Amino acid sequence: MKLVLKNVNLLNPDQKLNEKDVDVLIEDGKYKKIGKLTEAELKDAKVLELKGKYLVPGLFDMHVHLREPGREDEETVITGCNAAANGGFTGIACMPNTEPAIDSAEVVTLIKKQSAKHLVDVYPIGAATVERKGEILSPMAELKDAGVVGFSDDGVAIKTASILKRALEYARMFDLPIIEHCEDETLAGGAMNESINSTLLGLPPIPAIAEDLIVMRDILMAEYANAKVHISHISSKKSVQMVRDAKKKGIKVTAEVTPHHFTLTDDAVKTYDPNVKMNPPLRTRADVDEILAGLKDGTIDCIASDHAPHSLEEKEMEFEYAPNGIIGLETQVGLAFTELFQKKILNLEQLIEKLSINPRKILNISIPQVKEGEPVNLTILDPDAIWTVDKTKFKSKSVNTPFDKRLLTGKSVGVINKNQMFIDGKFERI
Amino acid sequence: MPLSNRHLLGMKDVPKEDIQLILDTATTFREVLERPIKKVPTLQGKSIVNLFYENSTRTRISFELAEKRLSADSINFSVSGSSVSKGETLKDTVKNIEAMKVDMIVVRHAAAGVPLMLTKISDANVINAGDGIHEHPTQALLDMYSIREKLGKLEGLKVCIVGDVAHSRVALSNIYGLKTMGAKVSVCGPSTMIPRYLDELGVDVIHNIDEAIQENDVLNVLRIQLERKAREYFPSIREYSQYFGIDRNRLEKNGKDILILHPGPINRGVEISSEIADGSSQIILQQVTNGVAVRMAVLYLLGTLN
Repeated sequence: MKLVLKNVNLLNPDQKLNEKDVDVLIEDGKYKKIGKLTEAELKDAKVLELKGKYLVPGLFDMHVHLREPGREDEETVITGCNAAANGGFTGIACMPNTEPAIDSAEVVTLIKKQSAKHLVDVYPIGAATVERKGEILSPMAELKDAGVVGFSDDGVAIKTASILKRALEYARMFDLPIIEHCEDETLAGGAMNESINSTLLGLPPIPAIAEDLIVMRDILMAEYANAKVHISHISSKKSVQMVRDAKKKGIKVTAEVTPHHFTLTDDAVKTYDPNVKMNPPLRTRADVDEILAGLKDGTIDCIASDHAPHSLEEKEMEFEYAPNGIIGLETQVGLAFTELFQKKILNLEQLIEKLSINPRKILNISIPQVKEGEPVNLTILDPDAIWTVDKTKFKSKSVNTPFDKRLLTGKSVGVINKNQMFIDGKFERI
Repeated sequence: MPLSNRHLLGMKDVPKEDIQLILDTATTFREVLERPIKKVPTLQGKSIVNLFYENSTRTRISFELAEKRLSADSINFSVSGSSVSKGETLKDTVKNIEAMKVDMIVVRHAAAGVPLMLTKISDANVINAGDGIHEHPTQALLDMYSIREKLGKLEGLKVCIVGDVAHSRVALSNIYGLKTMGAKVSVCGPSTMIPRYLDELGVDVIHNIDEAIQENDVLNVLRIQLERKAREYFPSIREYSQYFGIDRNRLEKNGKDILILHPGPINRGVEISSEIADGSSQIILQQVTNGVAVRMAVLYLLGTLN
């Protein structure tokens, strides 16, 4: 089938590509022609009029929990991929805290098999240690051969400095990053950020220093091992400052932030709504301001959702007992555009770097090129579309979001990858 | 003049007029409690559920007695442990109780925020009988009642809350209520037991018990929760009682007769000596009686609101 994207703006900072009002002919899943199209080329083609919209390399979310295997009642590989496509993503990396954990080639293969025919590319992250227990290194070489793109004990930090040291040294052989959930376990276990709000709400506090201590440890260890460490869901002011300083010294550290950590503060917890309970917790205005500064100056490389589906029953519990985490694949683009682009924290190029290019660079995944002859892997974005989040329309199996009914500006119009297109809520082959 | 809110979830944002009204109403009920027949028909036909997710014999009995003295039909619903271990969610439990057409729910729960949650699930008036380390408003009201009864006023008094403020639901409610009534509030305890940022509430933080005795009109001494993990917050009970415990010597040394409250149950010899606890000038047992009167006042004012 022939598909024509008409009058679209092309934007790929990786190619230094920025062109307005271009026509694109796609045939057999490849860019057939970019530029002025002839009558013959337009004949029998499905034409999408995309004036004012942007064609960018398919967006990539490097922090997703798919819950398969183990909690398929909350999300499966397929429903998670559907949510990703609906949110504007053509690629995701999924975290290893499944049951069993992604600590063997068999589990990697299972996830790859489940997602093989889907539009969305799924790249598993392997566990750094067996069963994520922090005791024995996972079979990293075998996991890499099966297709993992990084290692993490996500949910917790790698337990001890000694196992972290070995994990970094071992992963260095494959040039893959250790992805860290930074939290000192002896200071963990609270229900919200430590601030005046935790005192007023009577909720057990998690101090920001629980994150800062491990960020410091990991930076020092990355420097020592000359290996790559990636800080997941950075949330505290001091952690951002430490990453900034470490980057200046040339230490191989990268960082991501979630939309909820740059959008909300712990004031949101005043409702005791378990949908604002996550780990790391929502922090203070000062932390959010430093995160915004870190996004602007490049300290924070990318935006990732930490998409964490939970069942309705679990998220209807008492705040202190409810599990951590919210879903984010289908609100991420809207929040990023609303909070960062519309508020002029980031320009469009920077936003695409953080939503598409940098996460792939961190995981050594090739970046889709907008070029004749190349396979098509793209997202069409409308930065000015105004829409209201409606969780009943989510493709995810779960609905645990604090952003339902929120008015957002900017969204994905559709995605194309692997000879498939997702547009207007439906998949079609192209 | 009715109360401005149909629930009592905490002392935060309870206006002065409401506190005044509750304390004044409690005075009339206090008088009822001295009568040979200690019962009034005020809440006849009202049904009240005491929903206790946490063991608290004292608070439950106090509420139960208050309900019976107002002629309400009261039912005790005690669940040990959380809704999680029970298998039924809190929401389901409350929906079930609601279906039995109850008018008021008195709730005690180990997790903060549960009373607020109940107001969203149920149409009943909700009274917080203690939620996690958040609030315990009727305790603060009875403390204020007891202080007022003894010293004749609250405005301008200097009140210090002593002990494990970080793990106390009583402290926060007292701070809110006393400040609303114009008292000057401070806290005194080991620095590990005072939450960070508490000064943002306009509360002085001190760590010297002698200073607390000298500077204040009232000490509200909190229970050290020996059974909880509070034990990790100070080196030993011996050291705690030496540096923060209150006994006759310490009071004499400071040459001061000071009003001492304690929400009970007392760890004798830890935060307070037996001598002080049993001393005739102390009001710890009167607090218990006042507790019934104050809870009668709260139940009456909320129960006759609709």
